[in-house]
Amino acid sequence: MGFTSSNQHLLSKIATSLGHGEESPYFDGWKAYDKDPFNPTQNPNGVIQMGLAENPLCFDLIQEWIKKNPKASICTAEGVDEFKDIAIFQDYHGLPEFRNAVAKFMGRARGGRVTFDPDRIVMSGGATGANELIAFCLADPGDAFLVPSPYYPAFDRDLKWRTGVQLVPVPCHSSNDFKITKAALETAYEKAQEANIKVKGLIITNPSNPLGTILDRETLRTLVSFINEKNIHLICDEIYAATVFTDSNFVSIAEILSEDIACNRDLIHIVYSLSKDMGLPGFRVGIVYSYNDEVVNSGRKMSSYGLVSTQTQHLIASMLLDEEFTERFIIESAKRLATRHGVFTRGLAKVNIDCLNSNAGLFCWMDLHRLLKESTVEAELALWRLIIHEVKLNVSPGSSFHCSEPGWFRVCFANMDEETMEVALQRIHTFVHQKETVVPTKNKKLWRSNLRTLSFSSRRLGLDEVALMSPHSPIPHSPLLHART
Amino acid sequence: MGFSLSDQHQLLSKIANNDGHGENSSYFDGWKAYDSNPFHPIQNPNGVIQMGLAENQLCFDLIQEWIKRNPKASICTAEGVGEFKDIAIFQDYHGLPDFRNAVANFMGRVRGGRVTFDPDRIVMSGGATGAHELISFCLADPGDAFLVPTPYYPGFDRDLRWRTGVQLLPVICESSNDFKITKAALEAAYEKAQEANIKVKGLLITNPSNPLGTTLDRETLKSLVSFINEKSIHLICDEIYAATVFSQPKFISISEIILEEDMECNPNLIHIVYSLSKDMGFPGFRVGIVYSYNDEVVKIARKMSSFGLVSTQTQHLIASMLLDDDFVESFIGESAKRLETRHKVFTWGLSQVGIGCLKSNAGLFVWMDLRRLLKESTVEAEMELWRAIIKDVKLNVSPGSSFHCLEPGWFRVCFANMDDETMEVALRRIRAFVFQGKEVEAPVKNKRWRNNLRLSFSLKFDEGVMTPRMMSPHSPIPHSPLVRART
Repeated sequence: MGFTSSNQHLLSKIATSLGHGEESPYFDGWKAYDKDPFNPTQNPNGVIQMGLAENPLCFDLIQEWIKKNPKASICTAEGVDEFKDIAIFQDYHGLPEFRNAVAKFMGRARGGRVTFDPDRIVMSGGATGANELIAFCLADPGDAFLVPSPYYPAFDRDLKWRTGVQLVPVPCHSSNDFKITKAALETAYEKAQEANIKVKGLIITNPSNPLGTILDRETLRTLVSFINEKNIHLICDEIYAATVFTDSNFVSIAEILSEDIACNRDLIHIVYSLSKDMGLPGFRVGIVYSYNDEVVNSGRKMSSYGLVSTQTQHLIASMLLDEEFTERFIIESAKRLATRHGVFTRGLAKVNIDCLNSNAGLFCWMDLHRLLKESTVEAELALWRLIIHEVKLNVSPGSSFHCSEPGWFRVCFANMDEETMEVALQRIHTFVHQKETVVPTKNKKLWRSNLRTLSFSSRRLGLDEVALMSPHSPIPHSPLLHART
Repeated sequence: MGFSLSDQHQLLSKIANNDGHGENSSYFDGWKAYDSNPFHPIQNPNGVIQMGLAENQLCFDLIQEWIKRNPKASICTAEGVGEFKDIAIFQDYHGLPDFRNAVANFMGRVRGGRVTFDPDRIVMSGGATGAHELISFCLADPGDAFLVPTPYYPGFDRDLRWRTGVQLLPVICESSNDFKITKAALEAAYEKAQEANIKVKGLLITNPSNPLGTTLDRETLKSLVSFINEKSIHLICDEIYAATVFSQPKFISISEIILEEDMECNPNLIHIVYSLSKDMGFPGFRVGIVYSYNDEVVKIARKMSSFGLVSTQTQHLIASMLLDDDFVESFIGESAKRLETRHKVFTWGLSQVGIGCLKSNAGLFVWMDLRRLLKESTVEAEMELWRAIIKDVKLNVSPGSSFHCLEPGWFRVCFANMDDETMEVALRRIRAFVFQGKEVEAPVKNKRWRNNLRLSFSLKFDEGVMTPRMMSPHSPIPHSPLVRART
C-alpha cells in the first residue's frame, strides 16, 4: 500500500497557513548568510550578518562573574547540592529568588526610578512566548491590536499565528522622525471600526525596533490617554530597555503610571526578556508583567507552556540579585553600545549614508531611499538583493518591518567584533565609491549638485567626498549607478 | 475610576476567562491541602504526605555523581565557561545538534536499542505540556476532537484543549478487562463523535499509562494502528514514562510497531510526545519533545517550537549527559530497579491491609482500588472517601474521577517522590486508618470481612499475609470510617 506524500489535509489550518511568517524577506538574508557566513580567516568574503539584533558586547563581564560565583550553577562542586531541588521544582510561580531578581533588574534598567512587584512577574518562552501569551489573554480570534509601523516582523507570528488575532498598523513617517501621532492612532482605530474589527489594544515597542529611538514623555502620555479613552489595552514591549546608550533617560510606561495621570492600570502590560539587555537569547527568559491582577492570574496558568528552565532561573537569580554586578553591567553595556553606534554611524556618514537619529537598540535605521530607482517596495528589494549579493552584508529591508516608506534598512551593529565591523564599513565604502567613480564628468557635476541639494540631510559631508568622486577607479560599472540615472 | 468584576471580564479574552486551565479539578484540591500543611519528618511530622505528584526522585545520587565528574557539561564551571557565550547566544530553533543527537540516542536506549530515532525529527517544546499543545495546534482545528482512552492524565484537558479550542472525547475503559482499550470502545467513541458532527482528528494514548501504570500489549497497539489508519486519523503516543517500566511485560513503543513487516501504517499519522520530566526526574528543566514521522509536521512544529524552546544552558547539559552511553545504560537499569523495589514495598504494604491495586509494571504510581470502601458507587461517595483520606489519613492521593474514570473508587497514588522513611510513614498511616475498628463489632464482622476481602483480592496477593493476628479485635485503634463503609 503506497501512501501519497501529500498530507496537507492531515494538518490543521494553522499549520498549513503562512502564519509562521518565514516567507518574509526578513529571513531571506539570513538564508544567504547561512549559506555563506563570514569568517575573518576561513571565509573573509562571506556574508556579514547585520540582520540579527544580538548583544554580545559584554560577555567578558558575564564570564568573569560566573567564574567568581560558582554557587550560581547547580553543576559546580559548590552548587551541585542544590541540583535535585532545582531540577524537581516545576511550580509555575517560578523560583521566588528568580522573580525577585528580575523585578530588581527591571528597576535598575530604569535607573531605579520605578520598582517592580515580583508577584506580577510571569514567565514565558522568551519574548516570543510572552507576546503570544499576552495576545491569548487579552484578545479573541478576529480581534485586533494596533501596532505602529515600522515594527518587528516577528510580531506577525508571535501575536497572530496561533491566536487568530489581527494586527492593524498605525503608520509612522520619516517626516516627523516616525513619531506616533494621535491622528495616526485615531485613523487606524476608525479604519478598524469601519471594517467591523474589534480593537483590543495597542502594542508599542519602546525603545523601538527597528528605529532605535525612545518615546518621549509626551507621546507616552498621549498613548495612555488614547487607550484609556477607548478602553483598550496598552502592551509595552520594553525588551531593549537597557540598551539606551546616551544621556536621554528612558521613560518606561511604569514611570508614566507612577506620575499623576488618569489611567486604568488594568489596561497596562509590559513584555520583557533578557535576550537583548543581557545578550542571553538562548536562555529563553521571557517575562510578562501586568498591572492587571486577572491577567497575572491567567497568564501564570498559561505560562505552563513556556516556563523558564529552573537551571536557568537559578543562574539568573544569583546574577541579577548581585546589585553591584548589574549596576556595573548596565553602565558598561550602554557605554560599549554607544561606542559601537558612534563608530558605525560615523562610518556611514563618511559615505553620506544617513541613519535616523537614535539613542538605543542594537541597530541603526539606515536611510537609502535616495538610492532607489523609484520609491517602491520592488526597488527597495532590488537594492536589498544587491546589498546581500554584492556588498555581502545581510541587512533587513524596511518593507519587512511594514514601513510605509521604501528605502529604509535596519542594520545591526552589536553582534560582531570590532574587526568585522571595520570590514563591513570597508565594504560599504568600497561599494559606494565604486558606484560613484564611473559617473561621466557631466553627470558627476550634476550628480554632485543633486546630492548636495536634494539628498543630503544637514549632516556634515564626509571629507572623502572628492576622492570618492574620482573617475579613475578601475571598478566596473555598478548597477547602483543605473538607479541614479 | 472604579471597575466592576464584569468590566474586568470584558477586558480579558474568552480563553482567559474560561476554566480551560483545568485548575478547578479535584486533582489540584489535594495539592492545596498539601501546600497548606506539608509533611516534614522533623518539622511537621503530622503534615500531609504528597502522593499526588508523579515525580521520580529516586536516582538523583547517580545524576549528582555524574555532574561532579563532568564539569564541562556546564557552561558555568571553570572547565566549561569558555563555551558560555556561544551557548547563551544560540537561539536556532533546530536546537543544539548535540542535544538532538543525545535525546535521540537516549530514546533509543530506553527502548533497549530495538529502534533508533532520527535526530532531525526531534522538535523541542516547553515540557510535555508544551508538546501536547503544539501537536494539537498542528493537527487539529478549533472544534475538532481527539479520542482519548479513560482514565487519563487530567493535564490533557488543559494542554490539548485550552488555547487550541480542540475537544477531547473519552474512549471508555473498564476494570472488568483491566482497562484495556478495545476496538469496540474506539468504534463507539468514534461513532458518537460522528453523530454529534464532531470531526475526529486523532487518537491520543499514553503508553506506559498514566494513571494505570500499565503498558500496552502488542495486539492492542496493532489494533490501534489499524483503527487510525482505517479512519485516516492521527495517533499521538505520549511515551513520557517509557523508562519507568520496571518489570514484565517489557515496553513496546509505537516506534517498534510501525517497523513490523505485517503492519500497514501511514507514517504521516504517527507522532510521539516525550519529555525528561519522568524518566530522568527533571520536570524543572522543561525538556519537552515532539517526534513525528510526518515531515510536514516536523517542519511546522519546529517553527512553532519558538514559543517554548529549551534553554540552551539546559540543552548543553542534557546533551553531555545523554551522550554518555555508559551513564545512560547504568542509569536506566538502576532507575528501573529502584522503581521496582519501591513499587513492591508499596503494593505489599497496601495488600497487608487488604487494599488491592491494578497490576502494573511501569509508572511512578499505583492505581489503587478502594471501590469496596465506598458507601455507594458514585462520584460523590468517591469524593467523600477522598476527603477523608486527605483529612484523616493525611495523604494527598488523586481521585479517579479527576482522571475521568467512569468507575468510582479508584485512586492514583504516587510512590517515587519521597524517601523510604516517608513511604513507611504513609504505609503506617494507611494501616492505622484501615484498622480503626469498632471493638464491639470486630469479632463477628472480621470473619465476614476476611471472606469479603478474599473475594476482592486478585490472585496476586499472598493470602498468607492475612493472619488472624492482624484481625485482632483487641486493637486499641478507634473505629475507622473505612470499616463503617463496609457495614
